[in-house]
Amino acid sequence: MVSTEPLVLIVDDELPIRRFLRVSLAGEGYRVVEAATAGEALDQIAAQRPDVVVLDLGLPDRDGVEVIREIREWSSIPIVVLSVRDRESDKVAALETGADDYLTKPFGVGELMARLRVALRHASLAGGTADEPVFTTGELRVDLARRQVFVSEREVRLTPIEYKLLALLVKNAGKVLTHRQLLRQVWGPEYGDENHYVRVYVAQLRRKIEADPARPRYLRTESGVGYRLVTE
Amino acid sequence: MEHRRPDPDELLARVQAEEARRSQGKLKVFFGAAPGVGKTYTMLEAARARKAEGIDIIVGWVETHGRQETEALLEGLEGLPRRQLSYRGTRLEEFDLDLALERRPTLIVVDELAHTNAPGSRHTKRYRDVEELLAAGIDVYTTLNVQHLETLNDVVAQVTGVTVRETIPDAVLDRADEIELVDLPAEELRKRLAEGKVYMPEVAGRAAENFFREGNLIALRELALRRTAERVDAQMQRYRREHAVRETWPTAERVLVCVGPSPYAVRLIRAARRMAARLQAEWLVVYVETPAQLHLAEADREQLESTLRLAEQLGAETVTLTGSNEVEEVLAYARRRNVTKLVVGKPAESRWRELLHGSFVDRLVRGSGEIDVYVITGAAGDEEPRQPTASKVRSRWPAYGFAVLIVGLCTLLAALLGPRLTLANLVMVYLVGVVVVALRSGRGPAALSSVLSVAAFDFFFVPPRLTFAVADTQYVLTFVVMLAVALVISGLTARVRDQVEAARARERRTAALYAVSRACASAAETYEVVRVAGRHLAEVFECQVAIFLPHRDGKLTAAFFGNAPFASDPKEASVAQWAFDHGEKAGFGTATLPGSGAIYVPLKVARGPVGVVGVKPGGQGHLDSEQLHLLDAFANQIALAVERTNLAAEAQAAELQVESERMRSALLASVSHDLRTPLAAIAGSSSTLLRGGENLSDEARRELLESINEQAGRLNRFIANLLDMTRLDAGAITVRKEWQPVEEVVGAAIGQLEERLAGREVRARIPESLPLVPLDTTLIGQALVNLLENAVKYTPAGSPIDVAARVEGDSVVIEVADRGPGLAAGEEVRVFDRFHRLPSETGQPGAGLGLAICKAIAAAHGGNITAANRPGGGSVFSLRLPLGGPAPELQPEGRADS
Repeated sequence: MVSTEPLVLIVDDELPIRRFLRVSLAGEGYRVVEAATAGEALDQIAAQRPDVVVLDLGLPDRDGVEVIREIREWSSIPIVVLSVRDRESDKVAALETGADDYLTKPFGVGELMARLRVALRHASLAGGTADEPVFTTGELRVDLARRQVFVSEREVRLTPIEYKLLALLVKNAGKVLTHRQLLRQVWGPEYGDENHYVRVYVAQLRRKIEADPARPRYLRTESGVGYRLVTE
Repeated sequence: MEHRRPDPDELLARVQAEEARRSQGKLKVFFGAAPGVGKTYTMLEAARARKAEGIDIIVGWVETHGRQETEALLEGLEGLPRRQLSYRGTRLEEFDLDLALERRPTLIVVDELAHTNAPGSRHTKRYRDVEELLAAGIDVYTTLNVQHLETLNDVVAQVTGVTVRETIPDAVLDRADEIELVDLPAEELRKRLAEGKVYMPEVAGRAAENFFREGNLIALRELALRRTAERVDAQMQRYRREHAVRETWPTAERVLVCVGPSPYAVRLIRAARRMAARLQAEWLVVYVETPAQLHLAEADREQLESTLRLAEQLGAETVTLTGSNEVEEVLAYARRRNVTKLVVGKPAESRWRELLHGSFVDRLVRGSGEIDVYVITGAAGDEEPRQPTASKVRSRWPAYGFAVLIVGLCTLLAALLGPRLTLANLVMVYLVGVVVVALRSGRGPAALSSVLSVAAFDFFFVPPRLTFAVADTQYVLTFVVMLAVALVISGLTARVRDQVEAARARERRTAALYAVSRACASAAETYEVVRVAGRHLAEVFECQVAIFLPHRDGKLTAAFFGNAPFASDPKEASVAQWAFDHGEKAGFGTATLPGSGAIYVPLKVARGPVGVVGVKPGGQGHLDSEQLHLLDAFANQIALAVERTNLAAEAQAAELQVESERMRSALLASVSHDLRTPLAAIAGSSSTLLRGGENLSDEARRELLESINEQAGRLNRFIANLLDMTRLDAGAITVRKEWQPVEEVVGAAIGQLEERLAGREVRARIPESLPLVPLDTTLIGQALVNLLENAVKYTPAGSPIDVAARVEGDSVVIEVADRGPGLAAGEEVRVFDRFHRLPSETGQPGAGLGLAICKAIAAAHGGNITAANRPGGGSVFSLRLPLGGPAPELQPEGRADS
């Protein structure tokens, strides 16, 4: 009998963390395999073909970002990165190397499950299923086919860049996008350091789609990393 | 007569002296009346005896003069290799001080204390070597003949007719711990001499005729015996004092000697020293600098200097007074210092001057009152008074020429005016000339012009003209009066001029000192003091100046050497080091290491030397006594300033240490409380769940689990804060500023605290017009999180929190305001201190780090954070960040969209 539950590879050198993840993931209906080192992790990915990888950046044998780069050379398997606080540059590097999302230790199980769900969904969408033409979260509705945006059923007029920015976030809904990823994809690959462009347009966008731009409900800031469009 | 217990000051001084001495080596002097009495022999016998006791003893230097008995004694004693020197082609042997210091025996034998070292040695005199050995804690045995004692030197010269050049200060003998008199009757000594036991036969004959005459030997023996007896007497007195023997003591005597630039002054000094020693009195040597003496010839100045130096060596306190009346100055000073005996020389003043002014001695005696005055004569046969030096005469020639020229001009003028004026009025013309000369050139030329004026007046104007003959005898009176008036005028004018110059010289000195002390006083750091002082010194002396300061290990390095390449010479540096280690002057013009190019003056304060100033004279090659005095004064000023800054730095360091101690204990208290409390909760809750999980109600189980979760969060926040603080402290956090909308940072902070802010109304008022601000979003986000957390923690549940931002000048201000109890007076600043906790919050979790982190973050951004009470209740925290110029422009949207 072929099991349909997704298989999660947990890569962390700390046994307590692996144990806690194993127990809670099993409780949520995931199947779990474990690896304590980068070497083991690469072997497991090749042998077990897991559906998603939870990867700690601080491994004893290899730098986490290097591991991501190596995986990405031959696999598009979703990767959720675990890191300690205050290493925003590590997170950004991991995301830009190809990680799908990140979590800061310590984290709650709820957060982890949400990230895994988003990662798995994006992976399955990339697998060929057509994009949902209409995205809805809370009072926000974005019609990608018609290029229309509604808040509480009232259409909101966006400038072309604002729309491009929102559309990109919608396509990656639930995932974090770094400033640079947004900048390159909206403005073009020749941009690199003009992060304030993104910030200013996000601020403008918020004023149009958020009830209280200072306490955004949809377009959340991931401090020092980038933005995430929240799905509900 | 009074009975006297030991004076506490005296006791203290003796205790200190004894303490200093305990760490020092002991000096034993084998003292004799003449060569050949057996000093070296006795010394070596004593040394062998000590060696037999097992003492580590070496022979540093012994001169056997080929005496076989003495040489035999050397056998079995360890000898120190001699230092080989070559001086002007001659090979010389010297005692090797460095080797001895390195060898460090318990006791060392060094013969002939009065020996003068060969040029190129560290010290000019062997007794200085011995002093250094003693200072290093090594005991020394040495020998000395009575004629080498400084104060007895002239007596010996008088008695024997032989002047001994090698002398040592009496103080060296006085400090000896033990003196052993090696005595031999004169008759026996002469017999030994005849037997060739003292000198080799050919020398012996000559010596017997000169020095070893029986009369001489008897006199020398008496001197040696008396000197030893005096010493025993002094010991006896000390014993009495120490044991407070109830005896009468003479009230303290104080002897004052007046000296001048005369070579006789040395006699005065020696006489006074003997008197002072007999009286066990302090003695002072005073030189009065009158305006006239400002023009002392260089040779006289040197004479005076060496006199004063001798006095200092013999233990006197030397003082230079300035004033126009010598007698008054001396008497006033003597009274001020409670002097009981005044010693003066019989002056060599001319008879008529004595008649005119009364002699110096007469005036002194008249004014001396209760002070005894002793007059010492200069003995015939002493050195001749020095003739005025050639250089002085040469340098005065132009002045005399000027006098002649002025008289010539006066004559010319008188000739022009002659026909219209009476002869009496022509005299006035000449008198004007005399005044001019006196003002410009001083006493001598003025006197010359007085005489010349009279002569010219006679020759050119008094009939019969163009002869010196005088027709009318009444003109003789005119001449006499004219000469007298001219001399008086020139004398007075010259004195005024001298006084003006004296005042100016003093003014210059004072001004230079004042400038240095003022500059030093305003310097806050040691290196600044040194820099300022060095510059002034170089200016005042027109020479190269270097100032050396010690490291912690006592090694000196040049801290200032603006224009002084000599400071980097390791040889010079070692001289400076010596001056520092010994607290004495060294180098050029001193008794220690005189071969050096510069003079080194230690910067001494009460605690000891704090540095050394080195001065390498410029143009004329050496410093005169006035400059040396000035250098001393400068050294004092610099030393005080350096000490002041050192003490300030120490105080600051101490304060810092206290502060960090306080921090450490606060940190420990905080860590133990803030780590243990949540851990205890977690451990308790989880162990409860493990033990009786199935018996607990669902509700209880949930409560325990919630507690674990909550306490883990608290632990996490605490550790995060601690890490932040540590990283901010260590500078490990670099501020990565990017242009940010304030709204986003505030939003992120509020978003991060969503759970904790539940049930609170948080109003964020960020105007749309607010410009982008350069900030590190992570750090400022953290600061805002801390401020918001505090607001939640310290205000009643449900009360609103306001966040606002606005531009103020070239800064942006972000405010977090609450409606809580507000801040107590005085807390506005203290809340930002680390581990500071409000008295009311003992039950609250948190380590008092949050606001300290905010403060550090604000500072890292070049901004600040302040706390205040809010109008209408509550408190408000204002984070102020600099805008740092206009925000970057955004590209118009059209292009990006194309």
